[in-house]
Amino acid sequence: MAETISRPLRRESGTLNQSFTQRWSAVRYAWKQYKTMYLFMLPFIVLFIVFVIAPVITAVYLSFTYFNMLEPPRWIGLSNYRLLFLEDDIFLTAIKNTLLFSLITGPLGYMISFALAWFINRLRYRQVYTLAFYAPSITSGIAMSVIWLYLFANDRYGLLNYLLIEIGLITEPVAWLQEQSTILPVIIIISLWMSMGTSFLVFLAGLQSVPQELYEAGMVDGISNALQEVFYITLPVMKPQLLFGAVMAIVNSFAVFQIAAQVAGVPSPLYAGHTIVAHLYMHGFIQFEMGYASAVAVVLFVMTFLLGRMAMRLFSERG
Amino acid sequence: MTATSLVRKKRVSPNQRFIRLLKREASPTEYLVMTLMALFTMLPIVYMVSTAFKPLEEMFLYPPRFFVRHPTGRNFIELLLAIDSLSVPFSRYMFNSLFVSITTVAASVIISSMAAYPLAKYPRMPGGKLFFSIVVSALMFAPEVTQIPRYLIVDQLKMIDTYWGLIVPALAGSYGLFLMKQFMEQLPIELIEAAKVDGASELRIFFQIVMPLVRPAWITLIIFSFIGTWNDFFTPLIFTRSEQMKTLPLIMSSIGGGPGVVARWGAVAAASLVVTLPTLIIFVLLQRYVMQTMAYSGIKS
Repeated sequence: MAETISRPLRRESGTLNQSFTQRWSAVRYAWKQYKTMYLFMLPFIVLFIVFVIAPVITAVYLSFTYFNMLEPPRWIGLSNYRLLFLEDDIFLTAIKNTLLFSLITGPLGYMISFALAWFINRLRYRQVYTLAFYAPSITSGIAMSVIWLYLFANDRYGLLNYLLIEIGLITEPVAWLQEQSTILPVIIIISLWMSMGTSFLVFLAGLQSVPQELYEAGMVDGISNALQEVFYITLPVMKPQLLFGAVMAIVNSFAVFQIAAQVAGVPSPLYAGHTIVAHLYMHGFIQFEMGYASAVAVVLFVMTFLLGRMAMRLFSERG
Repeated sequence: MTATSLVRKKRVSPNQRFIRLLKREASPTEYLVMTLMALFTMLPIVYMVSTAFKPLEEMFLYPPRFFVRHPTGRNFIELLLAIDSLSVPFSRYMFNSLFVSITTVAASVIISSMAAYPLAKYPRMPGGKLFFSIVVSALMFAPEVTQIPRYLIVDQLKMIDTYWGLIVPALAGSYGLFLMKQFMEQLPIELIEAAKVDGASELRIFFQIVMPLVRPAWITLIIFSFIGTWNDFFTPLIFTRSEQMKTLPLIMSSIGGGPGVVARWGAVAAASLVVTLPTLIIFVLLQRYVMQTMAYSGIKS
């Protein structure tokens, strides 16, 4: 009796052992073969786990707690999220502003970047043109805010007000950075000005890397104008660069905060320039409600992540 | 493109059309429009430079003027004096900014290139694809999302208010890895295999063959990384406490004393130029390598 029972058991444990040893030997084989390569990656992996993966997990955990940095975090379940979506009107304003901002600057900045890169690619003195359009994105946001505060100044001394009054478009100076209706447009204009950044350069690089033979082949196949060339040759070849640019555009436009904070302040007048990150910053680093701020962070994370995934799917389908 | 130009194009012989498109010649109109747009884009920066040299009375002139009439260097002297009246000399901020930026750039170029190499050239390495897809996912959220826990971790590691805190967390950037991997993939694998046959170690292959070949790529990375670190306002704002550890962007708010303070307007204008100039200079200096990156990235295996 004992034998009949133990036999299948033993066999089972035998197969378990076998698959385990198989796996183990696969791991050992991989390590043996790629040991140096894993060691090459080690510093980055460690840093990435400590400063990216661990913070994401911690943020998700903290979003379910009450945490003020003085006492240990206290588990409160979904309360933060309930408060955020049902009772926090300012957060809804932040979401509305962020979406409005992203819907305009994201696609527009992306298209302008590509169009300018495409035109520059046809010009001589490329470096000069590249510098002119790229320079705004590498200026220090805080340094430029000094200039914006003067250009968009609320009184007649502001250059924009002065010009508009001279032309006769307005009679009284507009308080660009204080009026509810003008704060967001001003932030959008400044952001567009700064949007020819990394992806603009990547586009330029991508345009250069399209093999000349492809254009020649396209010509043989009957491509007759520039627009056809862009759609049938350039865009498909540049898919990796375009995807990179799309992800950057999404992330940057959803993370809008710095410009808003520096020209309109935190919180801005009547929350007209209030964004999701501004809300995060206000609760996290001014009021020290770390749990609540983490919930804001998680909402932002989910939003950008889903959109990023959508962009990836879009680009892989176009293939 | 109008109908007539299409018709005209059709009359051109295929050979001429071919040559025109191949040479990618732009028309004078394109030059004019692009030049006007470039000038318009540069206006705020030109205005910043002009304001930095304006004497105080010109700053509050009515009607306001775009260009400076009597340029002066007084604002820069005022900037030095204003900083001296704070507890830390200007040179300290300058040193902090330069030290943090240069160290971050150097370390992140090496670390992300080393991690990118196996991912680009050993696609069959177990776990590589998974890891890369996680890194790409990390591109998809703003660093702001992890700001709070990162602060807690940096605090736990006792790195608050040290150079470590300003440098080490910045090295985990996924942009660098992503870019380097993209460029390295275009290297011919035969080169690496030939070197291996010759008995070179992986470390030697990496530093003596791969890195020189992808030089334009990592110079591009230097530009991005330097600009990002140099302009970073929130990391030093959150991770530093003492005045001695602060970087240049933070002095903007210290000397300005918030909006509405008039007394140091000149110093603020000068500071904005001092803070902005290095990123522009480094881009102008290294831009030709970015152009080279373009040429190199055309190599196909």
